[in-house]
Amino acid sequence: MAYVVERKPLTLSERMYLPQILAGMRVTLKHLFAPNVTLEYPEQRPAIPAGYRGVPTLVKDPHGREKCVSCQLCEFVCPPKAIRITPGEIPADQPDRAHVEKGPQAFDIDMLRCIYCGLCQEVCPEEAIFLQNQYSMTGYTRAEMVNDKARLYELGGTLPDRHFKWDKKKAAAEHGNAH
Amino acid sequence: MIEFWNSLHPVLQAVIKGLAVIGVMFPFGGACSLVERKVSAWMQGRPGPNRAIPFWFAWVPVVGPFLQRLGVFHLMADGGKMFFKEDPVPGHVNKFYFYLAPVIGMIPALTTVTVVPFGAYLDDAGRLVPLVLANLDVGILAVFAVSSLGVYSLILAGWASNSKYPFLGGIRASAQLISYELSMTLSVLPVFLWVNAPGGQGTLSLFHVVAAQGGAWFGLWMPVSAIVFLVSLFAETNRLPFDMAEGEADLVGGFHTEYGSMKWGLFFVAEYSHMLIGSGVFVLLFLGGWNPLPWVPLAGVAAWLHLAGQPLLLGLLSIGIFLGKVLFFIFLFMWVRWTVPRFRYDQVMKLGWQKLLPLAIANLLFYAILIAFLQKPVS
Repeated sequence: MAYVVERKPLTLSERMYLPQILAGMRVTLKHLFAPNVTLEYPEQRPAIPAGYRGVPTLVKDPHGREKCVSCQLCEFVCPPKAIRITPGEIPADQPDRAHVEKGPQAFDIDMLRCIYCGLCQEVCPEEAIFLQNQYSMTGYTRAEMVNDKARLYELGGTLPDRHFKWDKKKAAAEHGNAH
Repeated sequence: MIEFWNSLHPVLQAVIKGLAVIGVMFPFGGACSLVERKVSAWMQGRPGPNRAIPFWFAWVPVVGPFLQRLGVFHLMADGGKMFFKEDPVPGHVNKFYFYLAPVIGMIPALTTVTVVPFGAYLDDAGRLVPLVLANLDVGILAVFAVSSLGVYSLILAGWASNSKYPFLGGIRASAQLISYELSMTLSVLPVFLWVNAPGGQGTLSLFHVVAAQGGAWFGLWMPVSAIVFLVSLFAETNRLPFDMAEGEADLVGGFHTEYGSMKWGLFFVAEYSHMLIGSGVFVLLFLGGWNPLPWVPLAGVAAWLHLAGQPLLLGLLSIGIFLGKVLFFIFLFMWVRWTVPRFRYDQVMKLGWQKLLPLAIANLLFYAILIAFLQKPVS
């Protein structure tokens, strides 16, 4: 809606200009002695708020087991095609995960492509991929900027889990799939 | 020591004085740039430069980190960078004048220092003797005449750069100088009207102006003169809010767009030297020079502290008082710079011609009549 901004005539002190400058100088003088508002970055780090969308990472469940089942939904949904997954069998030396169908053999996220949209986290049926609070990625080469599976788990760590989906599936299977 | 100094050849004396001026002004320009960075940072709520430290100084326990926080070593880092970085000369410039411009900028900056008295001491006869490199009797005229030449370097730089932004910067610098030089000169006339009382010996010496301020400072009873002079000073030194010549928002870098490394550094030092001299002249004219307080002349302090017989101590004291005031004005320059946004160019012209000039003329007339009444020779 159009409206007319009222232009008030300048007061005498405004037209004299100098009193206004003095008022401004009082403000800047106050700021001169006020504490700094900046962080000295490499030494002081900002507090990351909850829900921050940082570097995507892979997480383990509280038992220390891999959650990703290599369904490749994140790979399909990823808009810049930053995720590349090579699916594979569950290794024989992990009997407690033998009932899980698949696991990723390799899991690469190219951080030069990633746009931090968080769609991978949203689409993951296993809650295995999370955008966590790491905000600083550096490297000297392109290869360094690709996070492989080991690096993704190192960054991700373990997150609390409320479902233990595969434990429930295993228990159900042992009780004759009565669900 | 004084006998030894006087026994030296005059040329040698002049060379030593000249080197002393360069030795003071260059570090001063660098220090000012650092202070400017620090002051601007603090006013914007930042810590400012605080990283650089030479490794051998990092071992000094408390002082080292303190000086590092203060950013003192950035001074050396900046200076070193300025000297050693590549100095590109664009292919389209007029090389001779391009190289000449920064040098010409330095000449008035370093020359005017010589006629500004920076202290005084009492000789054996109890008379005040100024501490000045060249005690000219035309003091203020010399300052005005020579310091205005500084704008030639800006014009030359702008023209020799053969590019539109520097050219506009140079033109703006010259137009601005012409506009404000008038009101600046008119604003100091009342001071000299008062100093040159009828019957006395006529003088334009800055030393005599200070000597006449043993009582009330001129700034106190000629406030309009002081304000007009100060505003013109900002314009003459091309400081914000009047830095039309290098307004980076509209002119990239103004007259020094095409300059880099030490040639740019010379412009920088020249600007700070002009600030220093301008502040010095303002303090001498309106704020009592080396007189510590209004109605407290230096001689009074000397008698009170029993320093009359010690010219060296009194000289240092007077230099300290004078420098303290000058440094406050340097701070004021920075304070205003980080407070007030830049004027538009037409506003600068309007302020100069339509506000300050009539104000300066009215002020001159008022004080001319007032002083004529006050100093009426008793017949």
